[in-house]
Amino acid sequence: MTFYLTDVCLLTLLSLTAILLVWSLRKPPTRKVFKQLIKRPMAACSGLVLMFFLIVGIVDSIHITGTSKTVDAADTLLDVFLSPLGDVYEKTYSEPLALKSFSSEIRINNGVMQQVYPSLKYPHHLFRSESDKIQWLSQVILKDLLSVFLFMLIIGGAWFHWSRPKQSTLFWSVLLTGFILLSLVVITYHISRSLHVLGTGKIGQDVFYTTVKSIRTGLVIGLLTTLFMMPLALLLGITAGYFGGLIDDIIQFVYTTLSSIPGVLLITASVLSLQTYMANHPDYFSTMAKSADARLLALCFILGITSWTSLCRVLRAETLKLRELDYIQAAHALGSSHWTIITKHMLPNVMPIVLITLVLDFSFLVLAEAVLSYVGVGVSPTTISWGNMINGARLELAREPVVWWPMFAAFFAMFGLVLASNLFADAVRDVLDPHNV
Amino acid sequence: MIQYLLRRVLYALPILLAINVITFVLFFMVNTPDDMARLHLGNKNVTQAAVNNWKVEHGYQWPLFLNTNAQGALKLTETLFFQKSLKLFLFDFGRSDGGRDISYDISTRMWASLAIALPLLFIGLLVDILFAIVMVLFKDSLFDISGVVFCTLLMSISSLFYIIGGQFLFGKLLKWFPISGYDGGFESIRFVLLPIMVALISGLGGSARWYRTLFLEEVNKDYVKTARAKGLSWFTVLRRHILKNAMLPILTGIVVIIPSLFMGSLILESFFGVPGLGSYIIDAIVQQDFAIVRAMVFLGSMLYILGLILTDVTYTIADPRVRLS
Repeated sequence: MTFYLTDVCLLTLLSLTAILLVWSLRKPPTRKVFKQLIKRPMAACSGLVLMFFLIVGIVDSIHITGTSKTVDAADTLLDVFLSPLGDVYEKTYSEPLALKSFSSEIRINNGVMQQVYPSLKYPHHLFRSESDKIQWLSQVILKDLLSVFLFMLIIGGAWFHWSRPKQSTLFWSVLLTGFILLSLVVITYHISRSLHVLGTGKIGQDVFYTTVKSIRTGLVIGLLTTLFMMPLALLLGITAGYFGGLIDDIIQFVYTTLSSIPGVLLITASVLSLQTYMANHPDYFSTMAKSADARLLALCFILGITSWTSLCRVLRAETLKLRELDYIQAAHALGSSHWTIITKHMLPNVMPIVLITLVLDFSFLVLAEAVLSYVGVGVSPTTISWGNMINGARLELAREPVVWWPMFAAFFAMFGLVLASNLFADAVRDVLDPHNV
Repeated sequence: MIQYLLRRVLYALPILLAINVITFVLFFMVNTPDDMARLHLGNKNVTQAAVNNWKVEHGYQWPLFLNTNAQGALKLTETLFFQKSLKLFLFDFGRSDGGRDISYDISTRMWASLAIALPLLFIGLLVDILFAIVMVLFKDSLFDISGVVFCTLLMSISSLFYIIGGQFLFGKLLKWFPISGYDGGFESIRFVLLPIMVALISGLGGSARWYRTLFLEEVNKDYVKTARAKGLSWFTVLRRHILKNAMLPILTGIVVIIPSLFMGSLILESFFGVPGLGSYIIDAIVQQDFAIVRAMVFLGSMLYILGLILTDVTYTIADPRVRLS
């Protein structure tokens, strides 16, 4: 086992969240809110999809010392699961599910020059012809759909038997989402054993593999940024609002200054100086993968530093409002210490705002990664990410004939994650903040 | 009023100074000018003499804060902090690491940025608000619900896809517009139409939904019930009362960004090859030209602070309840 910096952070963050969730669910008010949330069909379905992405991300964060020959990076559990996709490299582009390469090459056969489309290395089941392949594909799809359907039937039956759900929309929509998600996973995985499901990219890498591996990068950016942002915003926001006076002035000055610098420019400036620093100290990292990983973590740190100000402002305003309420005054009169008042009374009351901001920020951050990578101040070019995929795919669309599949894959994977988190954020906001329409 | 403005400008000075210090720390202390020189000269086999030469050529030869070799006031002025950072306050941006005059580049490039940003702001506002109003007008109907769903779908797509998709569809397949490029004068219309359209669609989802929320917040207030009880039609209430009240937050949100319009949009300009300030920054990033990035960070912050001051002024004009203090 090898541990990368982002692995440790991500796994720690997730286990902390899980512990906090279980701990807070013991309290009746939180449990009530949580129940309200998962009873919303939209929240349950988008939560299910998010859960799937999260599991892929976690599996991809457990590095075991690898057997991979092409890169110096250690393999993750996901690599083992998907192998040999990470190691198979064709010569160059090939269309999704193709048997032959996308571009022809000239071969000399018995003294005659011939233009041929060479067969790909990967297909193990050496299909004799295209019709052979189509027959196999339809069989696979049909079989998998049937087995997933049966599986969902059992799940649905068990669910119905044990809890008799009253809301039929919730019941059917969750089952449908589960069915679509599961059949997508099973079918693509099954086909990926014998064919390149989404074709291959410029240097012959499997696009399906890169798309799936990019999930982790997106999640790391979306989640770890909050790890850096939250403590700063919570600590400074509540301190400023609660104590007021000089402390308030100083904190206000700090966040006004930081928020005055246009976000992209501040990120750009920070990443540029980081880049120079890493270029001048190459000996700090033992491998390329370690250095790319450190850069990913540093990017999260920079994003966190630049984005805590808005949450801090909101928290300060909310604390100012709460401070004047009767029960806080009563707590003061009864002799509670500042620490007790802040942790027992303030924190639980600002939690809804914090949660809403976190889920809203998540989709923003996933989208921001792509833009930053395009600008050249995002993740390292060696990190597999949707931003880097899109960046490469831009030129492929200008080719004749068009190479559309890497773009297509990045688009749908990103769209799925962002849409699910947007819908989930809407539901969280509706439940936690009843004033909002 | 003038007294208030003066105070706001004075309050902005320490903030600008702090921004100046932050960029200075980022560009001169995390990485020394020596690092910068090595980066530009190529990392391997660079002699110290070559580094020093580069530094003198580009004006980086001074010490950071205090020049002990100089006399009197020159002790403070012949330093990197004074020459490279404080001079920004006088709009003296100096020369880029490539040797060009940054002030001249900014003054020639900002018009192209404005040619896209200004029409985009107004057309975008019009379209977004109209869409939001129609959704509120048919509140809770199928149109409203599908409108919200549509907006959420639009919001979930990365802006990169809108640009690439727009270029591919309208530029390559339909050939309605040139894929990228720019030209001065009236010829520019041909080139700016596609970027404006793409940016319009990519911004529609988020803005229309946000405006709809603002309108709906007003709808639930008591004065709306009173107006309805008086017998005014839903459309009249919307037009005469709700719109007016909801326009306040929208207006202030717009005023903040007006000064920043000069800066243009980073990815939009670089994708469409528009020679504005946005693509200027991108080029600077690609060429690792820190002098330009530093100048643009300062300029951007200054314009944003100007926007904040303008916002407060507009507030007092638009909302009689707010008084400057």
